Amino acid sequence: MPKAFKVARVMLSVYYAYMVEYRAELVFWVLSGTFPLILMGLWVEAAQGDRFDLTPTELVQYFLAVFLVRQFTVVWVIWEFEREVVEGRLSPYLLQPIDPVWRHFFSHVSERFARLPFAILLVGLFLLLYPYAAWLPSLGNLVLGLLAIVLAFCLRFLMQYTFALAAFWTERASALEQFWFLLYTFLSGMVAPLALFPDAVRAVVLWTPFPYLIYFPASLLINRPENVAQGFMAMILWLALFWGLNRWLWRQGLKQYSGMGA
Amino acid sequence: MRRYWRVLGLFWGTAIAAELEYRLNFIVTALISLGGLVGSLFGLFLFYRTGYQFEGWNWEAALLVLGLFTVLQGFSTTILIPNLNKIVTQVQQGTLDFVLLKPISSQFWLSTRVISPWGLPDVLFGLAMIGYAGRRLGLGWADYGLALLPLTFGAITLYSLWFMLGATSIWFVKIYNVTEVLRGLLEAGRFPIAAYPVAYRVFFTFVVPVAFLTTVPAQTMRGEGSGWWLLASALLAVVLLVLANQFWRFALRFYTSASS
Repeated sequence: MPKAFKVARVMLSVYYAYMVEYRAELVFWVLSGTFPLILMGLWVEAAQGDRFDLTPTELVQYFLAVFLVRQFTVVWVIWEFEREVVEGRLSPYLLQPIDPVWRHFFSHVSERFARLPFAILLVGLFLLLYPYAAWLPSLGNLVLGLLAIVLAFCLRFLMQYTFALAAFWTERASALEQFWFLLYTFLSGMVAPLALFPDAVRAVVLWTPFPYLIYFPASLLINRPENVAQGFMAMILWLALFWGLNRWLWRQGLKQYSGMGA
Repeated sequence: MRRYWRVLGLFWGTAIAAELEYRLNFIVTALISLGGLVGSLFGLFLFYRTGYQFEGWNWEAALLVLGLFTVLQGFSTTILIPNLNKIVTQVQQGTLDFVLLKPISSQFWLSTRVISPWGLPDVLFGLAMIGYAGRRLGLGWADYGLALLPLTFGAITLYSLWFMLGATSIWFVKIYNVTEVLRGLLEAGRFPIAAYPVAYRVFFTFVVPVAFLTTVPAQTMRGEGSGWWLLASALLAVVLLVLANQFWRFALRFYTSASS
């Protein structure tokens, strides 16, 4: 166990140093996640007439929370893994006494810390624009919300890494992710809170992993928790499912792997 | 001029020949863009299903905007992304030297070197959506023809902005994702500008001119845009195009090539 801690600590500090080296790039990544903020404008304007179930204030809070959750759960492992497999750079990593995935995992985690200040700055900016919407989550919701964010990140990372393993068989594994990302964009609550979906659609969507990646943590953060226990259960189930699939694909994939120079 | 047309023919002929090696890719991209279309329709539907509508834009009119957005998205996948996003690599690896040595305009070379047919599904789906909404609104060929003008200006505006952002890589080598910021903001063009609060409208008209990319062409198509909007959009396109060229010349003065 101490060894695991040591590995984690070293990797975190190494990748953190690496990430802050390219601060400008990081700022641009934060700024490129403005999609929820654009939709916030649309929904706030739409909700002025009391036609929807949420008030403009709640919508501002919701989309700011979505923006934050999204910042914490950005994942890009498939693009890097795909290149590693196609170019054969995976081979040296396989020789090391640690699963290559941890390298990616910790680079994602440490990037979160480097990204945090900019993301918070942007949220502050929007609170200046909508001062009446400023809010604080209650302690219980904050703790649960943070836990949900951590799980959401793990789930999203695991799902994308599972798709990335398709790179052992095809050169365009990222197409899978592109398709999945579409579903994620439109069903996770990024375009609108699930409360505004038609009932039938919402009932179906709740069976998919998507709402738990954005909507569930975001609604905890704005003190509108819904079916908390059920939400966490769903996340854990999906995590277990993808974990199993992932390990199986990894073993099959290694047999298949014949990257450059392997 | 003739020479440029011939070069363009050669560029695109070879690029398409190379891309056609990946035929399966075409099906994949078509599926992805169909999925994107369904998703955006769903997003729009969420606003309209309770009877709310963007001020002055009924469902069909909003579809026009979405269709125009999809067409422009296809345009950027076809021309802008494959070319302009590579400027960074050229600067990073110093291969920009070879481009500068060629006896044609380097801006022309960088902007047109390759073409990727994978934006085609988006263009087709976008046109289909415009056609559907246009029929419901009773638009005629004259309306479409007139809208072609602001749409072209919009495309030029988009190109110029993108190119200028790409050109900044001469100074800040590793910022290939600055165009991602632009792309993120352009998403606002999925909806008519009237749907936004005032602060957003100002931002998307004067700071990032998203309004001129989709809303103005859609307005023109519906016969509602005044001549002033058309004039403004023409002016914007011309000014930005000239600016892009000047900016590139200016930027080149600071280009020191890799390893020198």
